[in-house]
Amino acid sequence: MDAAKFMSLMISMVFINNFILSKFLGLCSFIGVSKETRPAVSMGLAVTFVTTLSSLITWLIYRYLLIPFNITYMRTISFILVIASFVQLVEMVIRKTSPGLYRAFGIYLPLITVNCAVLGVAVLNSEAFFVDGRPVPGSFWMSLAQGFFAGAGYLLAMLLMSGIRERLELQDAPKSLQGVPLAFIVASLMSLAFMGFSGFKF
Amino acid sequence: MKRLIKEFTKGIAIENPTFGLVLGLCPTLAVSTSVVNALGMGAAATFVLLGSNIIISAVRKVIPDQIRIPCYIVIIATFVTIVELIMKAFLPVLNAALGIFVPLIVVNCIVLGRAEAFASKNNIVHSIADALGMGLGFTLALCIIASIREILGAGKFLGFSLIPGFEPAIMLILAPGALLTMGLLIGLVNYWHLRKKSGKPEGSGLASDSQSHKPEGGGLPSDRQSQKEIRRAGCNGCG
Repeated sequence: MDAAKFMSLMISMVFINNFILSKFLGLCSFIGVSKETRPAVSMGLAVTFVTTLSSLITWLIYRYLLIPFNITYMRTISFILVIASFVQLVEMVIRKTSPGLYRAFGIYLPLITVNCAVLGVAVLNSEAFFVDGRPVPGSFWMSLAQGFFAGAGYLLAMLLMSGIRERLELQDAPKSLQGVPLAFIVASLMSLAFMGFSGFKF
Repeated sequence: MKRLIKEFTKGIAIENPTFGLVLGLCPTLAVSTSVVNALGMGAAATFVLLGSNIIISAVRKVIPDQIRIPCYIVIIATFVTIVELIMKAFLPVLNAALGIFVPLIVVNCIVLGRAEAFASKNNIVHSIADALGMGLGFTLALCIIASIREILGAGKFLGFSLIPGFEPAIMLILAPGALLTMGLLIGLVNYWHLRKKSGKPEGSGLASDSQSHKPEGGGLPSDRQSQKEIRRAGCNGCG
């Protein structure tokens, strides 16, 4: 895979097609965990970790299991099962081997199992990098990169949002708008700002 | 009979999955660009909800408690695959419009939430009523958001132009419009709740305090929890 493609994938996933702000994937956790910066960053890192590795696993499954046996209609079931069991496995391993890392994002891992950003990346990979049941050139590395940068975009949105919301807590907002509604309105303004990136052309 | 009606109507009004429980946000915001898409998504989600509620309620005594969530996910994913294949075969235009959000019904927390909070504890007839009510409530909420966005953002309703010479605010059918509409609508619902019980402190939940719960209770809870906590856990997990 050449560097230009890689760069355009990066800018597209992090800024133009940001998973939260323009594709609405992973929105519940975005609203739910973005009240403070520390947990928000931990959640973002955990999501990045899981999207990257689940992209890898689901690519292998799609390429070497679903396509050869001609059972691509089993995509949804197999992906969600593999992701769920993979996340459980990672959680167990981290808890056993590194308590520090577990404290940092281990507790957010179970939340991610059914996060639609993770399944979304897997489904997008299988749609974007396979044409008529054959992987496009560099398909594997592109999937991996797409998974990683989707997570990075999520982390960026999470970080910005939590910074804004920490200050928002101190402001005197109408009672009916406090909390979630105001978070949505802020997200809307952020999304408007991110739309500016869609002017980039490659 | 009375209970049946109660289970049916609660999903439409009081416990509306979108405005009351704030569940299943991603598809709600992503597909509400036009009323036709909203109806299609609502119908697909209702079908999955109905099927999974029936099966889960039928086998609820057979499934061991520890592995019930994976079992539910497999059952739900089966119905999602059915919907995917039907849509691809008979409604290719709608399938293209909804895109990735059809397979993503599987992680819609409304479906898993109802399986966990209702179908796993109640008999088939009540579960059917619950599924239909929740499905209808979800469809209704989707249609409300989609109507606002389509009328103001595209100047159309169900594809027909409404007012000649009306300059639509395109921002509303793009991503920021979805978030703005949703924020203002939840604010409106909150306002009604506050006015209705102005004496009481704000405790209606509405996920405004979803941060306060411990994340350990999240995605795959290991023991039975109260309905409210399941809802919150589902909400944080689904994304």
